[in-house]
Amino acid sequence: MRELKIFAVVAIFSGILYYGVEPFAHGQMHKHVDSNGLVYDGKADIAEASKDKKEAKTKFWAEVAEIAKLKGDVAAGEGGYAMCMGCHMDGIPNMGGVVPPSLEHAGAIYDKNYLIALVKDPAMASNVDHKYADTMMHPMGSVGSMFPTPQSIADVVAYLQAKKAGDVTPKVAYEEACMRCHANRYGKLTHLGTAPVTKSNIMTGYDVEGMKFKQKVAEEQALVAAYMGKLPPDLSIIYRARSHHFLETLIENPQGQLAGTAMPRVGLNQNGMDKVMKYLQETGDPSKPKREALGPWVIGFFVIFTILAYLWKQAHWRDLH
Amino acid sequence: MAHFKKANSLNEWMDQRLGVNTLKKVMQSEYWIPKDINFLWAMGMVLAATFGILVVSGIFLLMYYIPDTKLAFDSVNYITMTEVGYGWLWRHVHGIGASLVFLIIYIHMFTGIYYGSYKRGRELIWLSGMLLFVLFSAEAFSGYMLPWGQMSYWAGMVITNLFEGFSPDFAGGALNSPALVEWIRGDYVPDQAFLGRFFMLHVFLMPLMIIGVIVLHFGTLRLPHVNNQEGADIDFDEAAALWKAGNKKESKVIPFSPVFLSKDVFVLGVYFILFFYLVFYNFSFAMDPVNFDPADGLKTPAHIYPEWYFLWSYEILRPFSKDLGLLAFIFAQGIFFALPFLDRSPNVAPAGRRGLFNIWFWILLIDCIILTFMGKLPPEGIWNVIGFWAAITFFALWIALPIITMLEKKK
Ligand code: HEC
Ligand code: HEC
Ligand code: HEM
Repeated sequence: MRELKIFAVVAIFSGILYYGVEPFAHGQMHKHVDSNGLVYDGKADIAEASKDKKEAKTKFWAEVAEIAKLKGDVAAGEGGYAMCMGCHMDGIPNMGGVVPPSLEHAGAIYDKNYLIALVKDPAMASNVDHKYADTMMHPMGSVGSMFPTPQSIADVVAYLQAKKAGDVTPKVAYEEACMRCHANRYGKLTHLGTAPVTKSNIMTGYDVEGMKFKQKVAEEQALVAAYMGKLPPDLSIIYRARSHHFLETLIENPQGQLAGTAMPRVGLNQNGMDKVMKYLQETGDPSKPKREALGPWVIGFFVIFTILAYLWKQAHWRDLH
Repeated sequence: MAHFKKANSLNEWMDQRLGVNTLKKVMQSEYWIPKDINFLWAMGMVLAATFGILVVSGIFLLMYYIPDTKLAFDSVNYITMTEVGYGWLWRHVHGIGASLVFLIIYIHMFTGIYYGSYKRGRELIWLSGMLLFVLFSAEAFSGYMLPWGQMSYWAGMVITNLFEGFSPDFAGGALNSPALVEWIRGDYVPDQAFLGRFFMLHVFLMPLMIIGVIVLHFGTLRLPHVNNQEGADIDFDEAAALWKAGNKKESKVIPFSPVFLSKDVFVLGVYFILFFYLVFYNFSFAMDPVNFDPADGLKTPAHIYPEWYFLWSYEILRPFSKDLGLLAFIFAQGIFFALPFLDRSPNVAPAGRRGLFNIWFWILLIDCIILTFMGKLPPEGIWNVIGFWAAITFFALWIALPIITMLEKKK
């Protein structure tokens, strides 16, 4: 009994210690940012905006909500989509700082309201309008003039949601949503995609093709860095460096977590978010499934070990008192 | 040359050459342990076992680690964690082991303080134990540099900065030595030379010294024997004779092996259940998230804090000006060594029966925990105030110790 009491004292003090340096301290260190539930209605944008911007933002998001009510025509949207492809087609080079991403699964990973906002005014939609005197200067900024009417916007978004909404793997979701800015070297992704398989020359030991690709990546990085003011970090192991909640709320509204950051909002829907997070977890914490498979066995082993040790101890201590 | 007879068994053969039977007696079957002890006396073996685990897991990690500032981060985070079979397991075991070893060291130390196990012939046990604490701290710190993440880099920067000593105005600048910092780093800032030498310390010199001092620590235990729950002064020869005569019930002692060992092993079992629970399901307290960002000398992390086990001494330094803080820090590092000499009472008894000392003990424990909390919280507002007063309390306690123990009645 006395031993149990002593054990309780030790356990309580250790527990308090743990609580203080972990949950409590981390709760105090990081400000808590609430998620908006992946609803893109500009609530946070308007709340954070400076006085002179508030009005414009309120108006913008109100218009987005209006367009969202319109019924889009998929067939009409197909013609509009051709204009998107002028910039978003496969193999297009860097444009104003980044390579425009593939839109193959845009309807599957982005939220409808966000897409509407994006086609209306990309800088406003991704909450980086403060970087531009005229939001038309955003690399995709001219899109607004191509879709001047609310109906044309509703149509192209309806098209994306109907025709570009196939199943998407975690990796592809990452490639389309993040890769143009963030490499992932553990996932073998560069800003220009997966490095091609090349061989070194056996006589010289040099892999000329590989080096050429590296040079292209380096040049691309320079452009991205110039556009963003810094090279966005490689996200290989970000999953262990930040909490799940932080990552989700950062993607939803970067300004909320890092005020003034150059990272634009990426308006993912639930499916897109789950897929991107899954990919980050696969590259950053690949041992999770293995841990879960092995853990019970190891712990079970030590439970049995402890029971046997207890019996052994009893055999020796029984007749000591 | 000694005269050797033909041996009739392997045991005899070994005994002739190595005296294994004597060794067994001295270290196991006739190493007498008081019967009246609790599981806290198993903490020493728990520490020894944890150290063993750290060595084994460390060897596996060492096979893939690359001590190069450009490659170190990926060598642990990618190669070991992804490409090496069970590499993640060794890494988590090593991380949890490094953290838990300090929890157990602190429990072990406070047990010693509570039961007065540093007095009456046991001073060297305490001093060698403190030496182990210092060496483990150095081992932990040097190991923390190796992944070359943000915290490695910035903790390395902050801690090596301490060696600059006092400010130039203090004592005419005699104790100001930026050159020492550069000498330790091998460079102006932490870089390749820095990583290389901390790698050497972590995988070679520190473990070697630790092993040596563990042997010394065990040696210092052999003659005074371990203490017991009542602080009773046991006549070990008499008690041992009783045991050998078969009077197990009357004897106040038990042999280390197998009787005490069987209990140690049981406690180890319970400990390992906790250990592996943490390894598989709750490891981030031991592997700080910030250190999964690669080192970047141009980007200071928002919060720089050491691992939890250094927080209390970090907090003692933090509320004060540079010079005062350094003095406070040196004091905190050294003062536990002096415990056997600052406790002026001859009584060896559990603190619970020592009046004022009992109060002193619990305040010290709680104060260290408060310091630990404050060391991690951002140094602002109320946390600063609490931290300051907790640090003052820490000094006051050590100044009061000789006085209250002198007042203590002799039992
Ligand atoms: C003038 C060229 C151009 C046109 C036309 C264009 N885009 Fe873009 N788009 C870009 C560029 C450049 C980016 C990358 C912007 C960035 O990352 O800052 C981009 C990014 C995107 C993104 C990712 C946004 C995010 O937040 O991650 C989506 C989705 C997108 N475009 C959809 C479309 C759709 C739909 C259309 C047609 C209605 C379209 N784009 C037309 C150039 C264009
Ligand atoms: C148009 C470029 C761009 C896109 C697209 C982008 N990011 Fe970023 N991201 C940045 C920049 C720039 C930073 C650096 C921000 C800073 O330090 O202020 C950043 C930083 C980050 C960070 C680190 C934040 C921190 O705490 O330091 C994370 C995590 C992140 N991005 C995740 C993502 C994810 C996930 C995606 C895809 C869903 C994504 N980003 C898409 C530009 C981008
Ligand atoms: C990894 C480091 C250490 C190891 C492996 C270790 C090991 C041991 C072992 C096996 C014992 C005997 C069993 C027991 O009483 O628990 C012991 C006793 C003791 N140790 Fe340690 N120890 C370590 C660190 C320390 C430290 C840091 C201190 C404090 C400064 C310390 C102080 C003591 C004392 C005072 C005793 C005697 C306890 C008594 O007599 O009741 N040890 N140690």
